[in-house]
Amino acid sequence: MITDVNAFVGGYPWRRVPGTAPRDLLQAMDRTGIGEAWISHLPGIFWRDPSEGNAWLLDTARDERRFRPVPAVHPGLAGWEEIVLRAVDAGAPAVRADPTFYGIDPAGTAMRRLVGVAGEAGIALLLAVRLEDGRQRHPNDRAEELPAAAVRALVRADQRARILVTHADRSFIDEVHFGSTPDEAARIWWDISWVWGPPEDHLETLLSTVGAARFVFGTGQPLRLPETAVARLDLLDLPGSTRAAIETGNTRMLAP
Amino acid sequence: MLIDVHAHFLHARTPRADWRERNASRLRAGDRVGITFHVSSVLGSWGLTSPIYFPSPADVEEANQVQRDLEREHPDRIRGYITVNPNYTTHAAAEIARGAVAGMIGVKLAASRRADDPLLDPVCAAAGERGLPILQHIWQHRRRDFPGQEASDAAELCALARRHPTVSFILAHIGGGGDWLHSLAVVRRVPNVYVDLSGSGVDGGMLEACLAAVGAERLLWGCDLTIDTGWAKLRYLEHLLVPADLELVRWRNAARIFPPRAFEIA
Repeated sequence: MITDVNAFVGGYPWRRVPGTAPRDLLQAMDRTGIGEAWISHLPGIFWRDPSEGNAWLLDTARDERRFRPVPAVHPGLAGWEEIVLRAVDAGAPAVRADPTFYGIDPAGTAMRRLVGVAGEAGIALLLAVRLEDGRQRHPNDRAEELPAAAVRALVRADQRARILVTHADRSFIDEVHFGSTPDEAARIWWDISWVWGPPEDHLETLLSTVGAARFVFGTGQPLRLPETAVARLDLLDLPGSTRAAIETGNTRMLAP
Repeated sequence: MLIDVHAHFLHARTPRADWRERNASRLRAGDRVGITFHVSSVLGSWGLTSPIYFPSPADVEEANQVQRDLEREHPDRIRGYITVNPNYTTHAAAEIARGAVAGMIGVKLAASRRADDPLLDPVCAAAGERGLPILQHIWQHRRRDFPGQEASDAAELCALARRHPTVSFILAHIGGGGDWLHSLAVVRRVPNVYVDLSGSGVDGGMLEACLAAVGAERLLWGCDLTIDTGWAKLRYLEHLLVPADLELVRWRNAARIFPPRAFEIA
C-alpha cells in the first residue's frame, strides 16, 4: 500500500484547482494506486486561525478510513496546546504548522514551543517548504518559503521532536541533513514531492547519500499531479523492500 | 511513438563534471518511459566560456557540432535543434544553413534577445525557408528582467509569430516556471504557436487549462530537465484524452510541424 503524507482537501485561494473535494481526492488516489492519504485543510493555511478548519478535517477523516487528518496548529494563538492534544486523541499522525503563512518567525519561540509540545505528546510536526513554485505564485501571495535554517533550528529545539518536511528540493535536504548531527537528522523525514528524478537524478542521489530511511511518499495533490511521485519511483531501480519503505514503511517510524 | 520535443544534452566542455552520467541517464530514463526520439539542443558551453543564454559564436558552433555528433551516435533516437544567438545575425543564419544541410530539424532560440525584437526576423525567415520549427525559451509571464537571460514571455513570442505566420513556433516549457495561465491566454488565438508541456511544474489544473486554451492539436509532449514530471503529465493525459487526441500530443503534432521524414530512421 502507498501512503501519501502530503495531500490536501479544500479550495485554494490563489487559482482554480480541480479536484479539491474529498471524493475527488479519493478518485485521484484510486487512479494512482495510493491507499491512504494524510490530509491537510488547504484553505485553513491562509486563515488567521488555521485551526478553524480542523473540525471539518477531523469529520472528513472520520468518515473515510483511507484518510488520516493532519490538523493545523498556530502556536502564536492562545490555547494551541489543546489542539495538539486533541490531534493525538483523534489518532492524527501529525500536526502541521505553516509559520511563514501565519506571519510568525519560523524558528522563533512559538515554533520552538510547538516542537516541544508535539515531541512531548509523541506526535510528528509537518512543515511545508512551499506550496507552489515561487515563480508562479499570485502577486499577492507573498509568504516566504520555509528556510532550511528554521528546520535545523527546530529539530535542535527538542530531542523528542520528529519532523516531516514536505515540498523540499535536493539542495534544501542536503543543507539540513548534513547541517545536523546524525541524531538530529534521524528525526527528520522528507517527502519526495519536490525532488527531481532523471536526468538530474536528485532522488537517486539522495537515497544513496542521505539514505532511503529518511524518505516518505508524498505528492502535494491536488495542487500537484500525484502521478509525479509514482513516476519518480518507477524510474528508479529500487529493491522491493526499499520501495515499500518509502511508499509506506518509513511512515511507521515517523508516526508509530 | 513518443517524441520529447524539449531535451538537452551536456558535453565535455561545460562546467558539469557529470555530463556523461546525465546524458546516459536521459537516454536510460527515455527507454523506460518509451521515448522514441529526444529532440534536443545544446546551449553553448552551458556557462563555461560564455553564458548559457548568451552563447558566443564559437560556443554555438561547438554546441551544434556536439548535437550533430550525438545524432550520428544515436540515429535511432536523437534529433537536433540548431542553437543560435540572434545578436550575431550573420552567424545565426550561417549556423541554420549548416545545421539544416546536416539534417537538424529545428531552431532553438534561448534567451539572448527578446522574442519580439526585429533581430529575430531574419532567424525566423531562415527557419521558415527550410521548414524548421522554432523552439523559443519562455518565462511564463515575465514581470521583470532576470540576471543571465533576456527572457521572453508568451506575448512577445506571439508578436513574433504573427509576423511569421507560416513558421511554427514552440512555446517552451509551459511547466517551467511562471504564470502559465498568462501564457495560455495569449497563445489561444495565435494558431502557429504550439505549447510544449515540459518543465518541472506539475500543477493540478495546468493540463486541463492547456487543453481548454489550444486543444490537443497544439500540444507537444516534452520533458526538458525532468523526465519524471514529463512521464507524470503523460500518465495524467491518458486519463484526460481519448486515444486519438493522446496520439496527437505524444507525437503526431510534432511529426506535423517538424520537416517531413524527420522521424524516419535511415
